[in-house]
Amino acid sequence: MRIYEKFRQLKARKEGALIAYICAGDPTPEATKEYVTALVRGGADIIELGLPFSDPVADGPTIQAGIERALAGGMTPDVYFKTVASLHLHIPLVVMTYYNLIFKRGIEKFAKDCVSSGISGIIVPDLPPEESGELDEVCRDNGIDLIFLVAPTTNEGRMKNILAKGTGFIYLVARLGVTGARADVALSTKELIERVKTKTPKAVGFGISNGRQASEIIAAGADGVIVGSAFVDIIAKGGDVAGKLEALARELKEGTRSP
Amino acid sequence: MTGLDSTKFGKYGGQFVPEVLMPALSELTEQYEKYKDEPGFNKELDYYLRDFAGRPSPLYHAKRLSREYGIKIYLKREDLVHGGAHKLNNTLGQALLTKYMGKKRIVAETGAGQHGTACAMAGAAFGIPTEVYMGYKDTQRQRMNVYRMELMGTKVNPVKSGSQTLKDAINEAMRDWVANVEDTHYLIGSVVGPHPFPTMVRDFQSVIGKEVRGQIMEKEGRFPDSIVACTGGGSNAMGIFHPFVEEDVDLFAVEAGGTDMKVTEKEAFHSASLCTGEDGVLHGARTMILQNKYGQILESSSIAAGLDYSGVGPELAYLAETGRLKPRHSGDAEALEAFHDLSRLEGIIPALESSHALAYVKQAAASGELGDIVVVNVSGRGDKDLETVRGMMK
Ligand SMILES: Cc1ncc(COP(=O)(O)O)c(C=O)c1O
Repeated sequence: MRIYEKFRQLKARKEGALIAYICAGDPTPEATKEYVTALVRGGADIIELGLPFSDPVADGPTIQAGIERALAGGMTPDVYFKTVASLHLHIPLVVMTYYNLIFKRGIEKFAKDCVSSGISGIIVPDLPPEESGELDEVCRDNGIDLIFLVAPTTNEGRMKNILAKGTGFIYLVARLGVTGARADVALSTKELIERVKTKTPKAVGFGISNGRQASEIIAAGADGVIVGSAFVDIIAKGGDVAGKLEALARELKEGTRSP
Repeated sequence: MTGLDSTKFGKYGGQFVPEVLMPALSELTEQYEKYKDEPGFNKELDYYLRDFAGRPSPLYHAKRLSREYGIKIYLKREDLVHGGAHKLNNTLGQALLTKYMGKKRIVAETGAGQHGTACAMAGAAFGIPTEVYMGYKDTQRQRMNVYRMELMGTKVNPVKSGSQTLKDAINEAMRDWVANVEDTHYLIGSVVGPHPFPTMVRDFQSVIGKEVRGQIMEKEGRFPDSIVACTGGGSNAMGIFHPFVEEDVDLFAVEAGGTDMKVTEKEAFHSASLCTGEDGVLHGARTMILQNKYGQILESSSIAAGLDYSGVGPELAYLAETGRLKPRHSGDAEALEAFHDLSRLEGIIPALESSHALAYVKQAAASGELGDIVVVNVSGRGDKDLETVRGMMK
């Protein structure tokens, strides 16, 4: 399923999107299948599945630890695409990874692997629009959305350029800093939502961990929330992981329904 | 290509960083462009380089070593710069720029602790609060440098993620910068990272090569046949090479050969990214990188903490590709031998990093590859390495 179709569906139902991130292979490829299923059961609208890179500069300690567990568990790009292909999801799945893994695989091959395994979009946190030319072109040719990020520090000139390029959704980085769960919603987040003027759906990530925050962010005008560290934290703690992932997804999804 | 108008050196370099940092990189580029030729800024920098750092550093004819190795050797004595390494040239430049930009805080990474120490010195001299990230493994093997930094008021944060060495310290410093970009300058310690860092650090380090030009003309009436420098990220190398790139002088970048020129799926037993690495993107730049077939970065290894890095500056990758610079390597054992040679014959104890450059001279002198006169950059002094060397000799 394409990302825009999902957002159109949700808009008709007057709901925001819940975009749920976990890292593929954390702690094993088999577990990822079970966890993704649990997130979908809980109400996730889009799955963002991390392809682990050894040096994740945009990630905070929680997701770094998930990435280390995944790499130790044998996750590689080859295993990743196999795992994704076996998921058979009825909702969009986007891959989140760092540029070197795409570059090394070959941009064309990476895109083709995305298409054949059913991936709808790509997020690359260390690839600003200035460096994205080649990947952008290949994504367009293959019908894949290249999803760009905007940050509170993004000025108007850059904003225009990014909004013109971005497809699927625009990823609003809620605050300065790396990924990681936080309790509140920053004022800067609401300001950023207002500053991003576009027809492309806007999804806010970095620091969201509960239903109340999700609801506040949708109320502030966002079309979706992206939640990662809070889910990865559940995996780190163990126990009935699938049950807890499903429950948190349900709480967050509830938040996106009732702004 | 060598200016600020392009972010790349050929296909290498660029700005592969999170969006949050892009405005800060543009601001830094603009400000650096504004001050780099501004008389006031340069006058102040020259003052600190002279009266604080102790420049110019001598170019010394090492007679006994020359006789032993069979080639006329001049040593560029960066070991005599305040702090014991070339690193202060860059930190004074960037700390001064931090002040001119009105930023209130400095963060930095460090490998051996030499760059961290140089940051601590510049931070203290300009009264700018400074925090340094250092791999936990490096804090253990370079304890004296941790203590030195702390004495000068710098906070040292041990990094326990990944391989706990330089690359992880860079990751962590970048994360700090991402979170505090509005009031903080990231004072990167080598010619690595996103544009404009490789260009800016090279320019600040070029004082080394500029001095050599005058000094060798005075002593020999001509340029040397070759210049040899050890290469981790490549800042002491680019600093001495850059003023000679357009001249008829052979440039040798000597990387750490470690214990073995082999790699596994996870680690390299060396740090020779120019010699054996592959094209990729790490820490904001496209360059030559030690990586596995999937693009995961390999942990590197060397007896010299300052050379222990999986990447290398993009300009060096470019100069190596065009053939202007010759990448070479020497191993732990050869570096140790050269360390002892210079100590015994000349009364100069070199850093283990610099010992790699000396080791290559020893190996290559007989082949004629280096010509008749060679300048070796002694990037630092070896006091910090005494514990390591004693441990190895037992
Ligand atoms: C004495 C000395 N030489 C060389 C290096 C390597 O750095 P670069 O390659 O940037 O000169 C270091 C790094 O810490 C160092 O301390």
